[in-house]
This record gives sequence, C-alpha cells and structure tokens, in this order.
Amino acid sequence: MSAWREKMGSTLAGLRVDEGVLLRWLKLDPWLVFALLLLLGVGAVTVYSASHQNMSQMVNLGARIGMGLVLMLLMARIPPTVYQFWSPWLFGFGVLLLLAVELFGHVGKGAQRWLDLGFVRFQPAEILKLAVPMMAAWYLSLRALPPRPLDILMALLIIAVPMGLIMLQPDLGTAILVGAAGMFVLFLAGLSWKYIAGFVVALAGLLPLLWQFGLHDYQRQRVLTLLDPEADPLGTGYHIIQSKIAIGSGGVSGKGWLNSTQSNLDFLPEGHTDFIFAVFSEEFGLVGVVLLLLLYLFIILRGLYIAVQAPTVYGRLVAGSLSLSFFVYVFVNTGMVTGLLPVVGVPLPLVSYGGTAMVTLMAGFGMLMSIHTHRPFMAAR
Amino acid sequence: MEDEARVRDILLRRAIFAGLVCFFVLAGVVARVVWLQVTAHEHFTELAEKNRTRSEPIPPSRGLIYDRNGVLLADNTPSFQVELVPEQVKDMDATLALLTEILGLDEDELDRFRKALKNGRPFDSIPLKFNLSELDIARLAVERPRLPGVEVQARLTRIYPQAGLTAHAVGYVGRISEREMETIDREAYEGTSHIGKTGLERFYEDRLRGKVGSRKLEVDAHGRSLRILEETPATPGEDLHLSLDVRLQAAAEAALGDFLGAIVALDPRNGEVLAFVSRPTFDPNLFVNGIRSKDYRALMDNPDRPLFNRALSAAYPPGSTVKPMMGLAGLEYGLITPEYRMFAGPYYQLPNDDHHYRDWRKGGHGWVDLDHAIAQSCDVYFYDLAYRMGIDRLHDFALNFGLGRVTGVDLPSEVAGLVPSKDWKRATKKQAWYPGETLIAGIGQGFMLSTPLQLAQMTATLAQRGASYRPHLWRDAPPEALPVIKLSKASFWDAALGGMEHVVNADYGTAKRIKNAPYLIAGKSGTAQVFTVKQNETYNAKGLNKKLLDHAVFIAFAPVDAPRIAVAAFVEHGSSGSGVAAPMTRKVMDAWLLGETLDKNAVTLDAVTTGGRE
Repeated sequence: MSAWREKMGSTLAGLRVDEGVLLRWLKLDPWLVFALLLLLGVGAVTVYSASHQNMSQMVNLGARIGMGLVLMLLMARIPPTVYQFWSPWLFGFGVLLLLAVELFGHVGKGAQRWLDLGFVRFQPAEILKLAVPMMAAWYLSLRALPPRPLDILMALLIIAVPMGLIMLQPDLGTAILVGAAGMFVLFLAGLSWKYIAGFVVALAGLLPLLWQFGLHDYQRQRVLTLLDPEADPLGTGYHIIQSKIAIGSGGVSGKGWLNSTQSNLDFLPEGHTDFIFAVFSEEFGLVGVVLLLLLYLFIILRGLYIAVQAPTVYGRLVAGSLSLSFFVYVFVNTGMVTGLLPVVGVPLPLVSYGGTAMVTLMAGFGMLMSIHTHRPFMAAR
Repeated sequence: MEDEARVRDILLRRAIFAGLVCFFVLAGVVARVVWLQVTAHEHFTELAEKNRTRSEPIPPSRGLIYDRNGVLLADNTPSFQVELVPEQVKDMDATLALLTEILGLDEDELDRFRKALKNGRPFDSIPLKFNLSELDIARLAVERPRLPGVEVQARLTRIYPQAGLTAHAVGYVGRISEREMETIDREAYEGTSHIGKTGLERFYEDRLRGKVGSRKLEVDAHGRSLRILEETPATPGEDLHLSLDVRLQAAAEAALGDFLGAIVALDPRNGEVLAFVSRPTFDPNLFVNGIRSKDYRALMDNPDRPLFNRALSAAYPPGSTVKPMMGLAGLEYGLITPEYRMFAGPYYQLPNDDHHYRDWRKGGHGWVDLDHAIAQSCDVYFYDLAYRMGIDRLHDFALNFGLGRVTGVDLPSEVAGLVPSKDWKRATKKQAWYPGETLIAGIGQGFMLSTPLQLAQMTATLAQRGASYRPHLWRDAPPEALPVIKLSKASFWDAALGGMEHVVNADYGTAKRIKNAPYLIAGKSGTAQVFTVKQNETYNAKGLNKKLLDHAVFIAFAPVDAPRIAVAAFVEHGSSGSGVAAPMTRKVMDAWLLGETLDKNAVTLDAVTTGGRE
C-alpha cells in the first residue's frame, strides 16, 4: 500500500511541470522563443490592421503560425547529426523539385514558382533556403578549413545550381536569399579576404552583363524605378512612392494602430504582405521601427552566438548562415520598402502575412535551437 | 586539434564581424527611416493628406429671371443626365459604344464629350447626355453593372418657359465652350457646366451665376468618396426682376405679325424697357444643352436669320423719323423759326447741280412751316434745312439724341449705328463729303443708320423734352439719367412735338389713320429706302420684289402731356411707315395704356405663363 502510494507520489512529482525541464526536454532556446513569439505577435497585430481587419486572413495567419511553431518544435527535437547526415539527400531532393517546377510548375503572378501537389501548393525554392547552406556546410565540414580553391569551386557549384534554377522561374528575391545563405557558409568557413575581394570585384564586373542578359525586363524596370520612382508614378514607381508616403507621414510617434490612411484607403498595395513595414512604420512611427529593428538585431545576434557556441563545424556553419540569411531578409525587405533597394519580392520575416516563407523560417529557427540545445551530447561525444 | 581551434577562431572573428555589419546596416535602415519620418515628415504628411482628400465643387444654382409681374422667363428645372468619371471607367471606348447603343447617342454628343474629356481632369464628372427620359434611366439601371464610372445625376437645367417670346431679350445659356474656357476664371466655374451666351443671361452672367461652394471629401485609392470632411455651401445666383412685361411683349409680337422687324417700347420716365421684340425669333431651350447640328443648321440657313437680334444689332436707315430731331436742330441753330415757311416743290436742287432730290409726294407740298413739314413729312423742307445746317452740325446734334452711339442698354452685342460726318467719311472712305449727302442724311437716309432701340431711345428723349435715361431691362438697377439736352427756348420743343402730335391727330398728318385713341399720341412715320429709284423712274411698290420693298418705321410716345411709353417699330420691307408700322405702334400703346389687349385677347398672365412651355 505504501509502496503504491510512494509510486503514485513520485509519478505526481514527475508530472509537476518544471519549466526548465520542459524547455530542456523540448530542446528550445528560451531567448529565441521569447523573441520569435514577440515578433509573431507584432506581425499579427500589424497584419490585422493592414488587411483591413479581415478575420478570415487572421484565421489563416493563426494556422500558419501554429504550423510554424509545430515545425519549430519538431526541428528542435531532431539532433544536428541527423541534419548533417541528411543534408546531401535534402539538397538533391530540392534540386529535383526545382527541375520539376521548371517542367510542370504552376504559373502565378507571371512567374513559375509553385508546385501543385493536389492537396497543397508550395514553392520548392523554400526548401533550398535551408538545403543550400546545409549542403555547403556538410561539404566544407568534410574538408580542411579554411577552404582551398578546389573546395571553394565545389561549394560555389553547390550554390550556383539551385540559384540558377530559381532565377529561371524567375524569382530574383529567393535566388538572392538562397545564394546569400550559401555564401555565408563559405564566409564563416574562413574564405580568405583576398577571395572575398575578388568576388566583389568580379560581381561588380559582371553586373553590366547581368543587367543585359541576366535580368527580365520587369526586374530591370524595378531597378530603374529605385533610381527614379517619380519617372513613372502610376506604374512601377507607385509602390515605392506610396510606401515612402506611408512611412514618412507616420512621423516619430506614428498615427496609431489601425490608423494607417495609406493602407486603409488602399493607396499602399501589398500592405499586409511585402509592404507591411510601411504600414507598421506609419502606425507606430520611428519609435516602433527602432524597437522592431532592435528585436530583429537581437534574434540575429542570438543566432550568431549560437553559431559561435556550436560544437561541430557543420553546426557552426549552418547556424551562422541561417542567422545571417535572416538578417538579409530583414535588410532586403526594409531596404526595399524605404526605397533604398529595388523592389524584390521578399517579405518582412515573421511579420508579413502569407507564404511558405514563414514556415521555412520557423523550421530554420528550430534547427538553430537544435544546434544549441543538443550541445551537451555533442560535447560528450 | 590546433587546426580546429584556428578554424573556431576564424569563425568567431567572422561572426563578430558579421554581427557588426548587421548592426551598422540596420542602423543605416534606421537612418533612412529617420530621414523619412523626421526630416521629410511634413512633406510626406502633405502627400498622404493629398492622397486621402479631394476637393469637390458644389455648383451654385443660377438666379432666376422674372418679368415685371413676376412671370418666370428663365427657370431651373431638375433633369437627369448621364455623366462619366473618366478615371473610374475601365474601357472608355467600350463604355461609349454600349452607351451609344442604350441611349442612341449621335456624333454631336460624342464629339462634345470627347472634347470635354480631353480638357477635363480624370476625376471630374463629365456629362454625356442631358434630359434623359424615364426609359433611358431604366435602361441604364439595367446595364449598370457593365458600366463602372457611369452615373445618372439629377442636375438643375435652364428652361425658358416663354421660349421664343423673350429669346432676344433674355438670351440663353449653353455649355462652356473651349474658347470661353480660356477666358473665364476657372475657379469660379468649377462644377458649373453652363454660361450665359447671349442676352441678359450673358450680360448679367456674374450676378446670375452665384458663388461656387466646395466640399472636402475623404477618398480611397479607387477614387470612391468615403465621407465629407468639410463643406462650404454654394451661394445661389441673384434673381433678376425685369422691367419687361411679357403681356406687352406678346402684344408687340402679335402686332408685328409675320413681318420681320423689331419693336422696342421704353418708359421715357426712367428708361425701363417694357417690350423688346425682334422677329423672327427662336426657341432658346434648344441651345441650353447643346443644340443639335440639324437644328442649328436650320436656324443658320433660314434667310430670315431668326438668331439675329434686330432690336439692337441691326442698323437700319431711320428715314423720316429723324425729322422732329432735325427740326429741333434747325431751331436751335437759328436756321428756322416755328413760323418760318418755305415753298416746297416736287424736288429740291442744289446750286450748280441738276440732280433732282425728290419729295415723296410727287406734286410737292406747297408752302409749309415746321409743323406741316413734320406732320406731312415734307422732304424738301428738310433737304433745305440740312443743306443750310451742314453735316457736321447735324452730326453733333443727332449724337445728343443717342443716335450714332450705343445706348448702353444692359444687353450684349449692341451696335452703334451711324451718324455721318465729314471726318468720318474722310477717315473711313478716304473721300471728301459731297453736299448732296447732307441732304439725304437730313431725311434719315444715305449713311444714317440706327437700331430700333436707338429710335426708341430718341423717342423717349423727345417725349421727355431732352431728359433721358439709359435704357435697361433689369428693373432693380436705379435709373441712370443721361445728360439733359438743353435748348435755348422751351418753345422749340413745343414746335417739334406739336408737329409729331399732328402726324397722328391732324387731318394733314401722315399717320392720321391711328388717331382717335382715347389718349393723345405724338409720332412720326418713316420709310427707309432699300431700293434706289433711278432719276427718271417712279417708285412702284406693286412691281417690286418683296425684298426690295421699303422698310417701314414708326416712332411714337403717349400720352402727350405725361408720356408713359415711347415705342419704335421697325418693319423690314413693310413699305409704309404710316400704313404698316403706325398701326403696330398703336396696338402696343393700347395694350400698355388701356390694358385692353392685355385683358381681352387672352394674353392673360396665366396664358402667357403656360403658353411658352415645351
């Protein structure tokens, strides 16, 4: 009887939820989880205003956030060794899907990006956002570091093939993100500054060629629009002009939540998706912008800290690359919306409504947490 | 292991470097946002405001025009029109094609619309077709989903209940033309599509128009207005109350009958225009919303020129109606006295000239004094008087009576007529003045030209013995006295006006057929030559083409001792002033002074008010 009671007691004690234990069991990083939830909250609040308080969109958004959080939990539970092992397979699978898109893809908004699997449509390019840095890290972790010229060439090939396929869709935004993710791996692996300088010079030299042959007319137009948005105020320049008006009219303290006239009166297109930063800036002003960017910076720096702390080369390279990719997302989007960069279809990470992008990002953060929380086992190895 | 540490070190340094880059780049974004939200904040706030709001004019309602008894001459009536807002129309060509099918638009309407479209702003509503029928509105309602940017608007449109009766006085409004668009103050006309084109509508345009109001609206990106932020109401235009009496107007028009010509009646005591008739006339309602080219061509091709305002834009030879004025000039210049007599033969001859200046009476008048010369309209008497006076003295005197210059009536397109002078002939014809031309001018022919309005004004001046007022139709304007003609002796007036009294009332008067009125009339007949009879021919009215028949003129005022009305009737090809124009004048005077026609001939207020509609 007493044994039974003892047994019951110990079971109850085991059921008593200890947050530390739970987090440890979930393999989550509390700092990142807190920052990400805050960011998702900011996103939901802003999307609610920018979508003109459309409840069905809020339900969709909730479902996506839920899906992202579940995926993050799952990814965090999987040890980094598993990722490392499956890296080449995932990469190969992703490239095959890109080829499939090229052949049977669904055309949407003038670009062939979607693969319709009957029950769900998704963009295979999303997979490559994770698969390319994983593959590059997998390859380089097997070689002596800093990488030698042949290894660099191999890594570049790993990056170039999917990037080229994505550009063919055409989806310049994603191609840049995928390429950047791969290049960050090389950078963190210690690619010498000489090579980096060489790349920069070569890129500068290639730009005119890329301009002539590598870009579609609409992409060229977007770059020209950046340089002079007033030249075509009702056409391609319209987005940027209206976006700047939204941000500028927000002022230091903003117009207040739900009070964005630019978005409420439909002057700002894509206010709840790619241009949500403009709505956020209009409603929450400079104060909101600084706080939001600080939140982003915190997440990025936390990611870099995780990279530095990672026990394996693979883990370090993947964690660092994912963090810096996240930064590129933030910069490309805010740069575009504020008129610093040309218009490319990159959403504001975890704040913009829609897309598989959010799910991919959450998966990436799950992987980041896995790299951090599985350390003891690694170190033990 | 050392290698591993070195790689770890590299990564650490690279991560720190990357972290710093992230920090500075995001700081750069913040800097950009600071520029947008702080430095350029006001600029962008203004742009956001400009996006969000739109000013819309509220057109004022145009002032109404009434006759002296409150009968409406120009009214506003609600009518439905279809309007298009260009920026809301998806496919303009397809929309116009569909509307053409539904409403049966013609090329005129489409042309007018396209012109307006070219000149207008994309968010301004442009009218396409006016006066929609119930059927049109129903059809549009059915097709509405296929016609974005197309709206049926209830607007006030101008209507002239008296139609042709008052057309030459009241005039009409029409759509603002491209040329007018360049000269008008566009702000004052915002939201207003019409402008006074002729007559009082044009003369008192500023008074009738009113002041445009405005409405500030919140709009969305598609141009839809969401709510009114601010509103300044329009100030309606001022109503005009005229001195014109439509009943007298109708009587005068009836008196003219089928003749072309004009009758103007003034109140000599204050210059009020009581009747203002020009025949033929036209329906001003045709012009309000753009006249159809078929109708316009019919009006333009009509040889009788119905659009021509004969009362003040036509200059005719005044003929013998100038004789009382000539007599006054002779008296004033001391060339004659009331008692002065001369022998008037069948013609007059200048020294050293064998040309015969004929009298209208083949046998001549014998011995005549001024009274007889006026009453019988003796040409020879006035040939002699004019010859002795000289053209320049004649010119100066005639100008005092308002001949040869505009009367300044409150109507547009008045012409000045002409009283010739030596200077005038030298300046315009580059020729010397011939003495014979003075003779002809002395009987109101040759170069002498005057409008029916001027003749009425001269008559009013005679009636008031030299006092006169600027003729005007707007009754609320205070009478504007013109300089009084002062003669050396008041008895001169008695002589000249006595002659005019005898024109009607003496057995020897030319217009004795209109005597026996219950009031005393003083008048003067005139006949203006259209066709010059050669020296050795006689004028045979029956043998002449109607277009070559003489014009008939008659001027008169009554009652003689306290004149209340002065009338000038000018009848084109009426052939005889005393026979044709004088009875017309009598009818107008009867109507005004006895009120007979006004009461008896069914030209009652009611009949007149409703008679013109449609």
